[in-house]
Amino acid sequence: MDGLDDIVEEFLVESHENLDQLDSDLVALEQEPDSRERLSSIFRTIHTIKGTSGFLAFNRLEEVTHVGENMLSRLRDGELALTPHRTNVLLQMVDTVRALLTSIEANGGEGDVDVSACVAAVTAAMEDSPTAAPEPAPAAAAAPSKAAAPAKAPAKAAAKAKTPAKAPAKAAAKAPAKRAPRARAAVPAPAPVPADELIEDVTPAVPENLPEEAPEVAAADGATGQPRRAVADSTIRVDVDLLDELMLLVGELVLTRNQIVQNVARQTDTDLIRASQRLNLIASELQEGVMKTRMQPIDHIWSKLPRVVRDLGLQLKKTIRLEMEGRETELDKTLLEAVKDPLTHLVRNSVDHGIEAPELRKAAGKPAEGVLTLRARHESGQVVVEVADDGAGIDPAKLGAKAVQRGLVTPDALARMSPADVLQLIFLPGFSTAAAVTNVSGRGVGMDVVKTNIEAIGGTIEVESDPGVGTVCRLRIPLTLAIVPALTVECASDRYAIPQISLQELVSLDAEKAANAVEEVGGAQVYRLRGELLPLVRLTDVLGLTSERHDGHVVIAVLRSEGRRFGLVVDRVINTEEIVVKAVGGQLKAIGLYSGATVLGDGTVALILDVQALARRALRTETADRQESRASVSQAAAAETERQRMLLASIGGGRRVAIPLDTVTRLEQVKTETVEKVGNREVVQYRGAILPIVRLDRHLGAYGESDRDVLEVIVYSDHGRSVAIAVEEILDIVDGEAAIRSDIDDLGLLGSAVLGDRVTELLDVRAAILAADPAFYSAHPTSPAPHDHATPAGVPGSFLEV
Amino acid sequence: MTATDYAMASATSGQLATFRLDGDLYGVEVEHVQEVLRSQQLTRVPLAPSAVAGLINLRGQVVTAIELRERLGRPARPEGTDAVVIVVRLDGEAVSLLVDSIADVVDVDAADFEAPPDTLEGQARDLIRGAYKLDGQLLLALDVQKAVSA
Repeated sequence: MDGLDDIVEEFLVESHENLDQLDSDLVALEQEPDSRERLSSIFRTIHTIKGTSGFLAFNRLEEVTHVGENMLSRLRDGELALTPHRTNVLLQMVDTVRALLTSIEANGGEGDVDVSACVAAVTAAMEDSPTAAPEPAPAAAAAPSKAAAPAKAPAKAAAKAKTPAKAPAKAAAKAPAKRAPRARAAVPAPAPVPADELIEDVTPAVPENLPEEAPEVAAADGATGQPRRAVADSTIRVDVDLLDELMLLVGELVLTRNQIVQNVARQTDTDLIRASQRLNLIASELQEGVMKTRMQPIDHIWSKLPRVVRDLGLQLKKTIRLEMEGRETELDKTLLEAVKDPLTHLVRNSVDHGIEAPELRKAAGKPAEGVLTLRARHESGQVVVEVADDGAGIDPAKLGAKAVQRGLVTPDALARMSPADVLQLIFLPGFSTAAAVTNVSGRGVGMDVVKTNIEAIGGTIEVESDPGVGTVCRLRIPLTLAIVPALTVECASDRYAIPQISLQELVSLDAEKAANAVEEVGGAQVYRLRGELLPLVRLTDVLGLTSERHDGHVVIAVLRSEGRRFGLVVDRVINTEEIVVKAVGGQLKAIGLYSGATVLGDGTVALILDVQALARRALRTETADRQESRASVSQAAAAETERQRMLLASIGGGRRVAIPLDTVTRLEQVKTETVEKVGNREVVQYRGAILPIVRLDRHLGAYGESDRDVLEVIVYSDHGRSVAIAVEEILDIVDGEAAIRSDIDDLGLLGSAVLGDRVTELLDVRAAILAADPAFYSAHPTSPAPHDHATPAGVPGSFLEV
Repeated sequence: MTATDYAMASATSGQLATFRLDGDLYGVEVEHVQEVLRSQQLTRVPLAPSAVAGLINLRGQVVTAIELRERLGRPARPEGTDAVVIVVRLDGEAVSLLVDSIADVVDVDAADFEAPPDTLEGQARDLIRGAYKLDGQLLLALDVQKAVSA
């Protein structure tokens, strides 16, 4: 009994592979209906399934493949022309075969899959030929299948030959059908069927990927299928479980290697060191080799997409050309399986929502035919997969309106988002951009699921869109799940691993530097990384632990998640190592902060931090705060805002000035020697532009020491213009909420308040800016309130960065 | 199903691996037990449920350790005493239980089985299938499945 099961299993595996090939072959065939190579290949596939199904007594499967084979053999011999209708029928047949195979796989039998409709359809399609078959159909239907069996199928001939017990003498007559040149001339030009005009429209859709494939098939076919066998001989099927086990063992080996290498590093025995270096090398190579066994070209999942695009395009009356670049890019089989559905979903989305109907495209001055491009490539240890369309793109305004309508985001928050941020809203659960619910997509499940699935395998997804030009969805997927390069860090004397996929750089600050460089923005810490404000997240805070670093040093791992950067403050960085990802039990998954665990070189277990989850958990509240603060930009100059954060600066003469933080774009230091004079105003060259400076001490009549080497300046930008407000020293950032204000007024001030136990003057920012650049607001007569921005494009870039 | 039926249904004869915890004797089905280890180095898991004592490295495999005292609502193990680790395998996944000390493997008879005493309260009651009346003491049968789903 076992023996038979094995045969059935192998049959199923082989057939499924063949069917995938068949789908793309059939669609490709539409483009070049007279390709004998392709027809032969399709014919062979069906024939093989038919032969084996007869042998295994799957009668209905045999029946379906039998009629299909009949039709194919007549197509191949040029007795029938391939019409879109016939392609449909053939695809239908393939589907029926698939259904039968699925049933066999699940129940061991053909179940109750109905084949009669399909058989009838195929038979009918053979009859209604517009290009009359040279001989009466019934006769033809019976003949070719019998013929073909002996004609081909070399190795398994025994099994197959027994199938059509009826194979009579007629066989010989059909046998020469293989000789391609003879029949090629006889194949009639593709006959358009008026009723199926749509399909004809699609016809030019796939040709791009044909030329690549054709030579292979041709080569294989050249020697009557022999090379194909040769390929089969040089490869063996290996149970994936076995590979998984090997992978696991190699993982263990890598760990042991790490332990040995670590230990040996402390030894002095040169022989031992040399041996450990060899071990190191060999283990790496072995790891790579085993990983390769699990690698498969992405084409494995892409091969299904031409059909998806074709069917969907047909259904939506769109003409779409599918282009594929980098189809040989390999990635781990498990990952491949995991990205299959998300990728299909993205492709469907692009076809459904991305690419416009032909009329719309023409109206927009684009070719009627839409282009959907799939790209895959390796990039710094990751696989990048892009699904790009040249469709209408996503209109951030519409998208934003939708998000507001669904209550996913407040109008205020939306107004402050950059277009790129708005786009990311489509990943929010329950978001669907389809105006109408179609049966293709737009049921409210979608991008969030895609995102979840991609993140589950340690990948990331981002979307870029250019309204009117197209949309690109970009997936970044790790090469393999099992072994990942990671940074190990220490926090509260425990070690944690951070996958390097999210790591951008490391910053280490000694106590002195940290005291200056790490600033507080209303309780949230930020670090000025090359001028950009980087929000800091303390790992100890997230994990509810107490840091054991008391020397004031700050070590920051700059991480990137979902397009935004943040700095994770850890106690210290240990090193980078290849870690083997181990699943953690359900109790720990539920915490949602760890993506797994690993065993480090010294044998201790370390948790792997889930950077995405970390970012979400740590930054959500923070960005909400920041958005809150940005909301008050409009009232920046006015002191009536209750919740305001103030930047405290001294301006000399013991005076302190508070500047609403919302008006501050960035803090800079400017060397005094770089300050130049233009007329009676001071300017400095800054990022390729001229930045006017107002010295606050002079502006407010509090002359401080003016012979300093470095000027502390507060840069304020709006509508592409910037000014710098020079102060003596930046002291602190305080929450102005509890401040007591008095009405004492003075030139350039709005009033004064008690901030941080001292009387502090509130700067009239507008006046100060005008002092530096009288033309600052004249280009934009309106006040620099964010509501006035049609798009958030005018928001200073550095705000969006953090 | 009446209470007695239920008790009968969950009363099984067979072997229990027994261990001590805060003075009481507990038992888990021998077939669940993979191995027993001496105290292991634990990696704590911040933010995990309190019963999760941490992770241990079991020959390269990462196994969650459940502090059974915490799980059963007993006081923490006194300072200076090391826990014993019982590795159990459930549905192919290994989980470990931290207990005070390991005792014998005991043959139990369904006839000696009784539902958990009514005085047993709180979370412990959910985790105890019942008690086997042994000579001189009670053996509490632990529901491993529930115990590890901290």
